[in-house]
Formats: sequence, C-alpha cells, structure tokens
Amino acid sequence: MEYEAVIGLEVHAQLLTESKIFCSCSTKFGANPNSQVCPICLGMPGVLPVLNERALEYAIRAALATQCEILAKSRFARKNYFYPDLPKGYQISQYEEPLSTNGSLEVESNGLKKKIRIRRIHLEEDAGKLIHEHSQNLSHLDLNRTGVPLIEIVSEPDIASSEEAVSYLKKLRSILIYIGVCDGNMEEGSLRCDANVSLRPKGSQELGTKTEIKNVNSFKFVQKALEYEIRRQLSLLESGGKIVQETRLFDSTKGITFPMRSKEEAHDYRYFPDPDLLPVVADSKWVEDIRSSLPELPGARHKRFIEEYKIPAYDSEVLTASKEVADYFEDCLKYYDKPKTVSNWIMTEVLRELKGEGEGIKTFQITPEKLSELLKLIDDGTINGKIAKDVFNEMVSTNKRAGEVVAEKGVMQISDLSEIEEVISRIIERNPDEVSRYRAGQEKLIGFFVGEVMKATRGKANPKLVNEILKNKLSES
Amino acid sequence: MRISKYTVRHVAELARLEFKEEELEKFAEQLGNILEHIEELNELDTSNVEPTFHVLDLSTPLREDVVEPWLNADEALENAPQREEDFFAVPKVIED
Amino acid sequence: MELPFLTIREVSESIKKKEISPVEITQAILERIGEVDGKLNSYITVLADQAIQFAKEAEKLISSGTYIGPLHGVPIGLKDIFCMKGVRTTCGSKILENFISPYDATVTRKLKDAGAVIVGKNNMDEFAMGSSTENSYFGPTRNPWDLERVPGGSSGGSAAAVSASLCFGSIGTDTGGSIRQPATLCGLVGLKPTYGRVSRFGMIAFASSLDQGGPLTKTVEDTALMLNIIAGNDSRDSTSVNSPVPDYTSCLNDGIKGVKVGVPREYFIKGIDTEVEEAVKRAIALVEDLGGVVEEISLPHTKHAVSAYYLLAPSEASSNLARYDGVKYGFRVYDAENLRDMYFKTRAEGFGREVKRRIMIGTYALSSGYYDAYYLKAQRVRTLIKKDFEDAFKKVDVIMTPTSPEPAFKIGEKTDDPLKMYLSDIFTIPCNLAGLPGISIPCGFTSTGLPIGLQILGKPFDEETLLRVAHNYEIHTNWKEKRPPI
Repeated sequence: MEYEAVIGLEVHAQLLTESKIFCSCSTKFGANPNSQVCPICLGMPGVLPVLNERALEYAIRAALATQCEILAKSRFARKNYFYPDLPKGYQISQYEEPLSTNGSLEVESNGLKKKIRIRRIHLEEDAGKLIHEHSQNLSHLDLNRTGVPLIEIVSEPDIASSEEAVSYLKKLRSILIYIGVCDGNMEEGSLRCDANVSLRPKGSQELGTKTEIKNVNSFKFVQKALEYEIRRQLSLLESGGKIVQETRLFDSTKGITFPMRSKEEAHDYRYFPDPDLLPVVADSKWVEDIRSSLPELPGARHKRFIEEYKIPAYDSEVLTASKEVADYFEDCLKYYDKPKTVSNWIMTEVLRELKGEGEGIKTFQITPEKLSELLKLIDDGTINGKIAKDVFNEMVSTNKRAGEVVAEKGVMQISDLSEIEEVISRIIERNPDEVSRYRAGQEKLIGFFVGEVMKATRGKANPKLVNEILKNKLSES
Repeated sequence: MRISKYTVRHVAELARLEFKEEELEKFAEQLGNILEHIEELNELDTSNVEPTFHVLDLSTPLREDVVEPWLNADEALENAPQREEDFFAVPKVIED
Repeated sequence: MELPFLTIREVSESIKKKEISPVEITQAILERIGEVDGKLNSYITVLADQAIQFAKEAEKLISSGTYIGPLHGVPIGLKDIFCMKGVRTTCGSKILENFISPYDATVTRKLKDAGAVIVGKNNMDEFAMGSSTENSYFGPTRNPWDLERVPGGSSGGSAAAVSASLCFGSIGTDTGGSIRQPATLCGLVGLKPTYGRVSRFGMIAFASSLDQGGPLTKTVEDTALMLNIIAGNDSRDSTSVNSPVPDYTSCLNDGIKGVKVGVPREYFIKGIDTEVEEAVKRAIALVEDLGGVVEEISLPHTKHAVSAYYLLAPSEASSNLARYDGVKYGFRVYDAENLRDMYFKTRAEGFGREVKRRIMIGTYALSSGYYDAYYLKAQRVRTLIKKDFEDAFKKVDVIMTPTSPEPAFKIGEKTDDPLKMYLSDIFTIPCNLAGLPGISIPCGFTSTGLPIGLQILGKPFDEETLLRVAHNYEIHTNWKEKRPPI
C-alpha cells in the first residue's frame, strides 16, 4: 500500500513591537534575567492587561499579507494550565473568535505552484524561560519573555513533503520580515515551528493519527525531523503497528524524533473568553490604511524585478528571497545602471562574503554606493574583471574604497598597446615549442599564452587586448 | 446529584488541589448538592439567547507601543519564595 | 471621645476649618482600634506609624493653606483586597499572608492623592468568597451590634470597622453582594457602583466580570463623597469606562417627587424574615410619601440568578486564582519532592475550604464536556436577567428590595452548609450579573436590635438617582442616630 504524508505547521512569530502585548515592559532580547518585568507580566495579584495597539496592527499586517479575512470582532480567551513559565496560570490567547482566518501562501513544489491554506492567524502572549541546566535539583525562571506579543499562524494540513514544509516556512518567514513584523531569527526563538505529521493511504481523504513535533528551530532541522518522522511512521504502519498520538521532540545530533516524557494526560485547557479584555474591533478604515501601507511583498517584487530589470527568474528569486538583499540591489541601481552585472556580483561575491542568505547586508561595509564605484572602474577599463574580485576582497578587509585600493596596489589595468605587445613578444620568444604547436593547429593553447601574459603582468593586462594581440602575433609567421 | 469521587479527583488534578480521602468524600457530597441546585437552570430555554461575556458593550481600549520600565530585578524578586541570583527558583521540573 | 463617631462630612468640615488636626483624629481612631478591635477583629493590618505619617503630612499641607478636599486628613479603612505599595496585602488568605505589594491599586492611589489617612487593611472572607467573613485565614470578624453574630461578607471587616467607628469610611468590593450585605447587617450605607465605574486595577480579582469596588459609610452623603474620589476611567483597566464623573454630592438634596419606584414581586418571597419584610415595606411607603411613584414590577428570571452566579463567579475565580502557585510570590510548601508536588501541597495548604470549593466548581464548569452545559448556559441566563432589568427600567427609575432575607445570623450557623450560605445573597446577586449600581441603606432594626437594610437598584451609570433617593429617605429618618453597643 502506498502512503502519502500529511503535514500541518503551526508557526509562532514574535512581533517586533517595542513593548509587550499587555504591558509596557521592553521586548528586547538578551537582557539580564528578570530585568524587563512588571507586576502585570509577573502575574501579581490585582493586575490587568491592556492591549498594545502596534501588536494588533502587526497581526493585521500579517493577516493581510497572507490573504486572510480579518474578523471585524475577535475575542481574547484564556488557555488555562499550570507551568512555572506561565505566571498567571493561563495564557491570554484567542480561541473561538480569532483575529483572522482563511488565508494562503503559494509555494513551489516539484516545479509547480501549490497553494497552502492558512487556517487562522491569532494574537497571544509568550511565556517565560525555564532553565534546567544550572543546578541539580532546582530549575531557574526568567520571566523577561512573558508577555512578548506573538502571532500564531496555523496552516491546514495541505503540506505533502518535508521539502514543501521548508518552502512554506521560508516563504512565510520572508513575508513576515518583508512586512516588518518579525525578525525571523530562529536561533533566538523569534520564529518557532511545530509540525503535525500523519500518513494516509495515497488518495484517501481521511486523516491518519498524527504526531506533533515541537520546537524545531531551523529549516534544516525541520526537514530532517519531518523526514525521520515520516519514515518512522511508514515503517510502523507497514509492519502492522499503530501510530500513537503524542508529542515528540527532535534530537538534532542523532537525527531522530522521540516522544516527550508525557508530563500528564492530554491538557484540558478550559478555554473561556477573557473577562479582563473587551472584544477586539478591527475598524475597517484602519485595516484599509494598513493594507495600503503594506510594502511590496516578495512575490510581487520578484515579478517586477524580472519585468523591470530584465534579469533571469533565478536571479530574481535569489535577490528577492530577502527584503534587505532586494533593497541592496535596487540601491545599487541608483548609482550604476546595469542590473545583470549588479545581480551577478551580489549573487557571487557579496552573498559569499555574507555567508549565504544575506544576513547583515544592511550593515555590510561595502555599501551599494561603494560596490557601484567598483563596478564603474571595470566598465571604464581601469581594472579588469578578475582584478576587480581581488580589489573587492581587499575592500572588505581594509574597509577602503575601490579607487584607493587600486591606486595603492597598483593594479590598474594595462591597456597600453606597446607595453602589452612587448610582453607578448617576450612570451612568444620564450616558448617556441608551444608556438609551433599552436600554429600547427592546437588553438586551445591560446589559454596557456594568455596565462603567461597575465602572470607576467601580474594579472593587470587588459584581457581583451591581450587576446587580440596574441592572436595577431601568433598567426604571423 | 451524585458526583463520583473519580470525577472529584480528576477536577482536583486539573486545579492542582490535593485532598485527603475523607475530605474527598465530603467535597463530593457538597459539590453534588450545589450542582443539583444549579440543574434548575435547565428549566430555561436559552437556545436563542446570546451569552453575556461582558456587560459593557464596548471594544477593548488600545495602548500606545511605548516602553515604560517599572520594576528592577530586586523588586521583582522581593516576594520570591526562593531566589537564586536573579532567577526565581523552583523545584526541578521533570523535563526532557 | 466623640471624634470617631462623626461622619466624614462632619469631621472634614472641622479639619477644613482647622478646628481639629488630622493627627488628633488619627490618634483618636488608633486609640479606639486598640481598645475595641480585639473583640471585633475588623483589621488584618493596622498601619499605625504610616497613618500618623499620612496625618502629619495632611496637617502640614492644610495648615499651610492647601486643602485637597473632603477626604483630606480623614482616617479611612481599605479592604485587604486592594494592593498597597510596601504594605502586606493578604486578601484574607494564608497564601498571601506575607505578600508585600510592589504597587498601589488605582483606588489606593486615588485615596492617597485625595489626602486620606489610610489607617489599616480590613478583614475579609478569603479572596472575597463568602457572606460572613468567617472564611478569613485571620479569624472571623464580629458584628458590632452583637458579637455573637456575623457582620456579613465578604467586606465584613470594612463594615464592622465603620460601624464601630474604627474609621470614617472604608472601600470594600462587591461581586455578589459583598458590600451591600455587610452594610445591611451592620447598619451602614454600602454602594456597589455600575460595573466599569471604578477601576479594578490592583483590586485582587475574584470574578472579573462581576467585581466592583465601592464605599461603606455611615451616611449617604459620605458615600457620595467617597465615590467622587474613587470613580473614573483608568487606562490600566480595559474594563473601566470612559465616562465623566459628576459631583455625586451636588444633587443629593433635589427632591424625589415623581421618581418611579419599581417593587419586584419576585423579591418578596416566602422565607424572608418577617421583621425584615415589614421594615422594607415601611421604607417603601415612606418613599411614596416623599413623592415616589411606586408600582409593582416583575423580574421573572430572578430565581435563576443564584445558580447562574454560582457557576460564573467560581469559573472566573478558578482561573484568576491559578496564579497562586508558590512560584513567584506568596506561600510555598518547601518540603516537596518536585514541582508537581509543590503545586499541590502549596495550594492545598494555602487556600481555605470555601476557596477550594469554588475553585473546584469553577474548574468543573469550564472543563471539557461541561463548558456548554454549565458556563455557557449560565452566561445565557445572565442575558435573560440583564434583559429583565432593561425592560423594567423602561418603566421605572429605581427598584427597591430588601438587601438580605434575614438580619445578621450567628457565627457558625451556616458554615456547614455552603448552599445555605449562598442563598443569603439571593437579592444582591442579580444586579452584579447585570452590571447595575446598587446601594443598601439602613431602614430599621429588629426587635432584638439588629439592623435591617433597604436595597435600591438603578440604571447603569445612574448612581446620582440612587444617591438622591437614598439621601432623601435618610434625612427623613434617624436610623443613623443609633450606635452599636461596642
């Protein structure tokens, strides 16, 4: 029997507000323990929550950017359970009447476009951090993170493979960063993912028993965890076993999922509408204002880059994967008007320097202006393309401008005909064998000669001229 | 209305309350009496009635996104039953 | 010394005229507390030093010409449910026995800003759950009119203290009658404002959609004076209403000619103490003589209010009290094997029996499979009760009923039968469910000298009419002349 995987993802994203969702404490990451707290987020007796306007705005932005419907009136609900990182003994979340529903994302799967539906996006508060490693018989609690605003994005189980899951996550993350509501930092925990996985006979409409894999904090691990879990469930089913509905964690060193030691029976969260908060009304005019202030989304920007700048789809894909890289690209074009050249340089040199996805391109010392300066030097013949790469590296390590480096290193391109001719003559004289073989028909040896000229000129000779003059001289008898 | 001790134990578990056996019996009885009285609500047909979650017919007020520091770590931990450095300390959680 | 027996109006007049000093008054009050409160137990914490400090500050300001208003320099009590910065705030519970609040409740801050001298935190039923103040971890409070009897609850400490002249007024809280019922049993005026009128920030939550803070005083005018101070919008309380606060004393003396008074037949049921019923009926007759137009009305869903309340309030409470877990503050059992053990033991030992009972009911009512039949059902019944009032208030301006079906009962009389205790709230509960304002005022005494109270209910945010009617009744009677024997 053939089985197919059915995957649903629950993503929690921390919103980039200054203050927490229900109180005015700071949300900054990395502060000293329990230094960003107040009676409200500590759950002290008598305190009450008041909703942060920007948290609501950002949640609406996220909903609009994923085509969700915004409910005119939504409610906060209490999710009741006991755990030290939950000071009030309940989490303020949304249950029966969430902020938004019925959205979708498009991902590429096997070369085809596939729509993954989003069931809902709702607002809730984050919990604190419980640390177990400091001591043998005590756990330590830091409540700085309680009350940081989160949106929970729940997909329908439309995802069919681990690759699709990663595509969905990357796309979602990119959108959230694009619209400025989340920084997408999975290592710091500002973006977290739980996956629900089940198998069913291919073509069946019913859902199988699912397991939940919690808190996988990188794309790579999500993929590996899902692959493992699918394999595990498959072999269990094929050997006649049954899937146990349970929560599992991923061990990244062993590459396996394992069941969480079940703390207790399934939670009964006893949801009910939070009486301390009145209904959330998303005024339709405000929603429209937010919609019109949304920046260009990655999908639209991708299309526009292809049309407007005439660059290939692949280039556009790479450039628009990150809003900051796309911004950098367009900023370069303010100074230098050859999109394909800029694109090449970003995809090769710049992203290599920044190790892959462009993290930190905003603070990269080779600003769009400086890169453009370098590219102009190639265009006007001052340096050749190969030297330019060396100059680039030098610019990175010394933080000097292109012109400065070229002057210091004396790597200006040699375009003086007589100088080149002289070098070429010497090379031809010194290599009679190769010359004969070339003239006898081994035209590929041109590469050898070019190489020798470049060596002699320490790479500075103008390659185009070298090629021309070499061909002429070699074909003379 | 009789409430079983099993139910009482289950509810106590959810509420993190511990009872001795005799207390459990007495509780089951009292709870049963109270719930029996409350059963009279079923006389009422409320199928077309909306619940009143809030008596005020208003929407939730919104707060400006501005940071206002309030307590420092010492103040936050002043009432802590157990403190280690700047952390609240609790007995070890059986965790994975 | 007669000072403690004055009203807020009287003592503040003297303070304003600089005839007496706040320090003098505060000392008199503290002295009387020392003499009398051993028998009453109306205070959990007496703030002797701090009170003198407040009084001295008041004295300084007043003698230099800065007189803030009618509460300036006046000794006031606060139910120990209101957080007060730097002061032990216990909520009548072992689980908060040594909790020092790092912040002031909005009500506390408003009283301080008004220059009031807060002399202490009044005793109460634990977490405001009770109708007799017998559920306090700090021992029961006794009724100044008869020390064998209860003062009512949950604001019994506030009521006893004001009644025995151990402070000039106190702020209590009312979720199902906890201001009005003790006011009645102790011969006082007690007002539960409209839901949303007074900020709940810093007022330890019992049932969030029902709780309101309000004054207990000897006269209606005093209540109006206190309401002026504590009412108003608070940006820290999402459920507090942005509606202007009038001067509640300004129209007290307007007459009540033509005021339409509704008397609901469902509140005059079998089982009310006959003396209570007669006293209330006489009071209503007097109101009619004064110009009120009395008519019988019906509030058909009244009898379902207690059931709805005893589902809703415990449900909200079970969630509100989940934070008391020994982790961040309050009582903790240290001799525990692990975290789970600590939770169970801490809460078992930290909470009293009534609190546990209500947490259990509430947890049950919200639990999977029961939510619709219990919690949601009760919320729908609440709508019906609210609608009863809306319909009635189309025809009348105020509604009059007894506050309590009986006068103060004996200590220990109802502690074995929680259901019996719950039924003493039968007349006060409906107005909490509907969010309406309600006041209780003295309207007589039993043959054995126990106070009887009249309850007046009003339209949302129409405390002015309530106070006007109450005041007019009061000035034509002299129930307040009688003092408890203590």
